[in-house]
Amino acid sequence: MEKISQSVVKKDHSPKMGGRSVYVADYNTAKNGDGILTGKILHSKVARARIRGVEVPTLPDGYYYVDAKDIPGDNNVNIVLDDMPVYCRDTVEYIGEAIGMVVGPDSKKVDRILSEIKVNYEELEPVLDLRTAKEAFFNYEYGHGDMDKAFAEADHVYEEEFETGYQEQTYLETQGMMAEPEEGGSMYVHGSMQCIYYVHGAVKRVLNCEPEGVHIFQDVTGGGFGGKEAFPSILATEVAVAAKKANAPVRCVFDRREDMEYTSKRHPSICRIRAAVKDGKVTALDCDVTFNAGAYSTLSAVVLQRGIIAAPGVYNVPNIHVTGRALKTNTSPCGAYRGFGAPQTFFAIEMMMDHIAQDLGVESLAFKEAHLAKQNDPTSTCGKYHFPVPVQDMINEVDKVCDYRKKKAEYSKPQTGRYRRGIGMSMIFHGAGFTGSGERDIIKAVTRLHKYADGRVEILASNGEIGQGVRTTFCKIVANELNLPLEKVFYDHPDTARVPDSGPTVASRSLMTVGELLRRASIKLREIWKDGEEQEVEERYRQPDFMIPFSLEKFEGDAYPTYAWAVNAIEVEVDTLTGVTKVLGAYGNFDVGTPMDYNIVMGQMEGGFLQGIGYSSIEKMDYDDKGRIRNNSFSDYLIPTTKDVPNMQCMLHVEKFPDGPYGAKGAGELPLVGVPGAYLEAVEQALGGCKKHKLNHVPFTAEDTLKELMKEAE
Amino acid sequence: MDALNFVLNGQKVSYEGSANDRLLDVLRDEYDCKSVKCGCKEGECGACSVLIDGVLYNSCCVAMGAIADRSVVTMEGFRETERFAVLDKAFAEMSAVQCGFCIPGMVLAAEALLSANPHPDEEQIREGLSGNLCRCTGYNAIVKAVGNAAKEGNGLW
Ligand code: FES
Ligand code: FES
Repeated sequence: MEKISQSVVKKDHSPKMGGRSVYVADYNTAKNGDGILTGKILHSKVARARIRGVEVPTLPDGYYYVDAKDIPGDNNVNIVLDDMPVYCRDTVEYIGEAIGMVVGPDSKKVDRILSEIKVNYEELEPVLDLRTAKEAFFNYEYGHGDMDKAFAEADHVYEEEFETGYQEQTYLETQGMMAEPEEGGSMYVHGSMQCIYYVHGAVKRVLNCEPEGVHIFQDVTGGGFGGKEAFPSILATEVAVAAKKANAPVRCVFDRREDMEYTSKRHPSICRIRAAVKDGKVTALDCDVTFNAGAYSTLSAVVLQRGIIAAPGVYNVPNIHVTGRALKTNTSPCGAYRGFGAPQTFFAIEMMMDHIAQDLGVESLAFKEAHLAKQNDPTSTCGKYHFPVPVQDMINEVDKVCDYRKKKAEYSKPQTGRYRRGIGMSMIFHGAGFTGSGERDIIKAVTRLHKYADGRVEILASNGEIGQGVRTTFCKIVANELNLPLEKVFYDHPDTARVPDSGPTVASRSLMTVGELLRRASIKLREIWKDGEEQEVEERYRQPDFMIPFSLEKFEGDAYPTYAWAVNAIEVEVDTLTGVTKVLGAYGNFDVGTPMDYNIVMGQMEGGFLQGIGYSSIEKMDYDDKGRIRNNSFSDYLIPTTKDVPNMQCMLHVEKFPDGPYGAKGAGELPLVGVPGAYLEAVEQALGGCKKHKLNHVPFTAEDTLKELMKEAE
Repeated sequence: MDALNFVLNGQKVSYEGSANDRLLDVLRDEYDCKSVKCGCKEGECGACSVLIDGVLYNSCCVAMGAIADRSVVTMEGFRETERFAVLDKAFAEMSAVQCGFCIPGMVLAAEALLSANPHPDEEQIREGLSGNLCRCTGYNAIVKAVGNAAKEGNGLW
């Protein structure tokens, strides 16, 4: 193992282990010494309505009702488009939308006031069915080759539809934010978040002030997984407006039900794929992707982009046509979640390839292998796989660990007992960093290293520790390059008043992109290093020269500089009496380049892999005919416990990326992305294969299994 | 109304509030035990785990009345012990702590488990921690860390 990969004690281990870390709910008093007011949101109870009026009871002293009228600036949360309001405009568009906030010193009284407020709704017909929804926030299309010819010449044409449901991030710490007016009129906002500068941009706009008029600090954050990318901007603007009005510190911490029902989650999807097959090979893929965006567009544009770019999977198919749309429904806006649109489309293509193979009567893995893209092949968007594609080797490594090919053959024989087994495999990539030219044109990351006279070095960047270990891995890179002991390098939670904008903590970019900037900054500092002096260096993002420029209009070029790769195998046993599926083994082989810390990377892989298994099997969330999400607690929305997947084995395959620090690539999202395809292929095999039971949606719960088996009885 | 006496992390304390108050809220708000986390308030996640007379409970589901004259241990107390030091080292070596939110509860669950069964096998560890949700780690590192702590701390439990 390379030196940099050797594990160290994480920088944040001690305070977290001993329960000393201060999360936003843990502050007793505000920075300025005053008591903290509790803020609670008045959520819409209907999915779509015109608000005729809000009747607020007479408020006791020290209590406030806050709504859109109190916003000093613009009633728009800065995300991608201007449609998400801070507090609702004259209509509400989903159950849970913030109409206003009640603020006061005693949280029980705040609850009572909330329950006494009467909202006069003029109800309108909500749009809830994704299949009949018409309003598209975004519509994309791309492709290459000659589709008509390929379909005309095909021996077989296959067409299928795949569906995926919501997934809720279920970070253990719910969303929480606090705003404190400071002396001199500026606003200090801190809380649980991934992206301090996103929050900064949003609050500044809503308060209508100069950049110096707000500063944002990331408190210790109890998990994010994408759920704290955009939503904190919404909550931060809401508490900032309240704090401004009350002229006192205001904190709003969601309870679990609020968080599950009203905050952003993974987009439900419908993917239709048409495939042309000639001489046993797929010659054309026509993919049509629909995402349920919810009521406002928030991050749907970028989620959809990543999703459709992945639609043809890891395969080299000469003719490709992809369309995608994010449709508006009157439901909670969906947003970022680990994988960012790609788990949905990879699920569809992996199942499609497997089903075609089964229909052709060939072994599914061999069929996929025959289509794998290789180095220098074109990507779906006519970019290029510039670096080696290690998928075939990774498949062989997985096979070795779990005897995949042998088990696959064995389980394909007819099974009749109560317990039946199956195994499935999926292979996926994760484009590392922002899609297209986002890093160069939008983010323009800047980092600094500050050296103190005593020789300690502080990292100045805006990437937040959310459990992924960035406070440790950043320091390891700098310490390694400067040849310093790790204790001499430190990275605190970022505060916009102190650190430059090195971009958000998203897209598996922090370590690969910002880590590399820090490595280069360290070299600069090393070259000018003078003992006993205070020194500072800065480094800015440069796009690697080899990239084929990406055009978002045409979806053409290198969408990503490089790719992380994953091959997953999942082996299951289905109890045909109860429908319960037991995971006998889950094997994940992940290429994230050089691990910057073996344990940290393994922790990311194992955590993400298990989230993927949850997504595929038990994490079911849906809304009813009023648009209300019923699965809003841990008893209605199950996430995996210690007992669900005792045999989960992750391993690392290293294909270095020359432009990442020491060869590292993006890691965080990769382990979740491919799981649904492997899981459902396994369950389908256990049930007798796709000719008997063609499965095409996740999550696939015990109930779904029983429904399938019932068909058999009929 | 009589004050309610109990022992908190080894100290005798008396609580003046209502016997119906929730232990979780009282620990956090009255006694500043901020290590006790609220993940759901419905008894489903284990983030609020505490030890009551050595047994693991979700403090969000315990009313103050139920702890009269009993002994409550939170991470604020447990972190001063030798057993904690062993678990601390084991968790550190496995990098088993990610966002940290589940950790105080998880570590107390490990303590309860090891007190009842000083040499658990993997399945018993998974059983003992099954009431504590962690969304970050996938549990493998935590389960290994607890197993390692049991070996290292031979005789402590
Ligand atoms: S907060 Fe008590 S079990 Fe979740
Ligand atoms: S470490 Fe984040 S929930 Fe366990």
